[in-house]
Amino acid sequence: MDDKRDLLILGGGLVGMTLALTAARKGISSHVVDRADPAELTADGFDGRASAISTASWNLFTNIGLADRLEPHGCDIASIAVTDQMKQGFLDFTPEPHEGTLGRMFANRDLRLALFEAASEEPLIAWHAKSEITQRHRDEHGVSAMLSDGRELRGDLMIAAEGRASPTRDDAGIVIAKWTYSHRAIIAGLVHEKPHDNVAWEIFYSTGPFALLPMLDLPDGSHRSALVWTVDENDAAGTLKLSDRAFLAEVAKRMGDMFGQITSVGPRSSYPLGFHHTAKIVDHRLALIGDAAHGIHPIAGQGLNLGLRDVGALVDVLADGMRLGLEPGDAQLLDKYEKWRGLDAFSVALATDGLTRIFGIPGKTASAVRRLGMAGIQRTPILKTFFMDEARGVTGDMPDLLKA
Amino acid sequence: MSDATASSQTNSSVASTSDPSSSATIRPEEAAHFGTLAKDWWDPKGSSAMLHKLNPVRLRYVREAIDMHWGGDVQSVKPLAGKTALDVGCGAGLLCEPLARMGANVTGVDAAPENAQAAALHAEGSGLDIRYIAGEIGQQNIGQFDLVTSLEVIEHVADKQAFLTDLAAKLAPGGLMILSTPNRTAASRMLLVEGAEAIGAIPKGTHHWDDFIKPEELSSLLANVGLTMSEPTGIAFGPAKGLHLSGELGLNYIVTASAT
Repeated sequence: MDDKRDLLILGGGLVGMTLALTAARKGISSHVVDRADPAELTADGFDGRASAISTASWNLFTNIGLADRLEPHGCDIASIAVTDQMKQGFLDFTPEPHEGTLGRMFANRDLRLALFEAASEEPLIAWHAKSEITQRHRDEHGVSAMLSDGRELRGDLMIAAEGRASPTRDDAGIVIAKWTYSHRAIIAGLVHEKPHDNVAWEIFYSTGPFALLPMLDLPDGSHRSALVWTVDENDAAGTLKLSDRAFLAEVAKRMGDMFGQITSVGPRSSYPLGFHHTAKIVDHRLALIGDAAHGIHPIAGQGLNLGLRDVGALVDVLADGMRLGLEPGDAQLLDKYEKWRGLDAFSVALATDGLTRIFGIPGKTASAVRRLGMAGIQRTPILKTFFMDEARGVTGDMPDLLKA
Repeated sequence: MSDATASSQTNSSVASTSDPSSSATIRPEEAAHFGTLAKDWWDPKGSSAMLHKLNPVRLRYVREAIDMHWGGDVQSVKPLAGKTALDVGCGAGLLCEPLARMGANVTGVDAAPENAQAAALHAEGSGLDIRYIAGEIGQQNIGQFDLVTSLEVIEHVADKQAFLTDLAAKLAPGGLMILSTPNRTAASRMLLVEGAEAIGAIPKGTHHWDDFIKPEELSSLLANVGLTMSEPTGIAFGPAKGLHLSGELGLNYIVTASAT
């Protein structure tokens, strides 16, 4: 059996699988390899892991035919409220009615379900779940991956989509610049008494930001939000071990009673916060996408959106090149992808990093400066529009696939 | 699976037909120059780096010309399905392989046997079935082709009219010819010959400015063999855009020709 495909995608998470599907819509075939069991990833229950899907990312889902499947699961973000320790100086990004929403919130599980379902119906995708890779190989004429069961998968271009700790990237010797915030994000789903009115809250404390992202109500009408709570690395283990009641009390202290009583909290998880970036996102027959190429602070909810922009740009470049008779591993195409994505990802990462640092400085003076700064943004329409457009993901040189 | 069993599917091969008595149109010393470059011709960072960068640019022109000439589906990845193509001065196959992927049945001819050899080897690795021939185009009895291309070649040829006569003889009725070459201008002298070769972007000895040909000269040489040349499109260089298609003809240009 010689099943050489155009792409050999290592990592079948949200970004990797969206790539496979987007490529397939352009007639580009792929192998997708992932170690995880899809049944576990889509098991019942809301674990709080959620993603803000920008307008640009939503356009991508629409263009690859996923919008109908996803539509019922999205919760519109009508406005973004930013506040400093719940003091005055409230920054409120609310678009005019004709400007559309700032994005939509999805439980990652719902995104996965839609993607996995669509991928399993797509003949151009060969999906190898629960598969461990023992060896990767790239040479003049192609790429291959050896699986632990002895099978060998071949393609023209290898894609590293395994997330921030990408073994394929490390294997290729691509060095990344990274620094950690010595903080951890604690993720949990909250059920609360009052509706969230589709407002996404970013509440900045000197110990780190506390974000509440609006989710769709449950079928029984109870109201939900996803919590992303940044705590010091030293406090993280303790916070995770708190009993539900104690955890809820801590959360309530930081939220005040804006959503009324918090009635329940789902399973908690956490991940270390860091920022990593590499200027080199391609190598011989290799392209990095998503968190394998760049990871940013989740505070602005842009991580997945950046990854989906990688997907749009890469598929645009590959499909265009293949129309010209070039093969997917062509060095000129990879060069084009790198030039397109390298700088954009870095600027978003820097902006987010800057935001985190500004808000991470403790003390009254810093707090006053922050409030002044927020008031300034609030009163300056151009800045405000810029921030809203960033949240929508519609700035920069947009791949066609991410256009409406 | 990926071990050395792939060759059964491909039969790219080189037929050598060197004929010492022929009135060669390629200068022998030029063929030798390119022959020595053959080895790393396919390395995108090697001595042919400039040609690799040029490839997507000229392929964009080729694709548009194909779509215009045959009125095909612009989205199709096989616009040349069912057609035959001949690339003259094919080097190591940088153009032949894309033409083959676009669906054509491709023949590549190069005066330097090392090139044809390197091309055949690479095509086999790529799993493409391309016929390569080492020798002079005028000596080949290989019939006619729907598409005849010869890019960045005519400037290396001594008798340009004889060369175009040979090319025209290989063009099937209703076929399309595509040619590209540097213009003979002060700009091309400075940039291509003196500049790019001095900084090593193009290997030394690649170009001889006096041999360059202007669009209007090419047009009349083509008219002499019954072919009408299109308006030339420039291949220009800019610091931000790199090499790109342009209305600026000073450096390099690409044209189509067909019998009308």
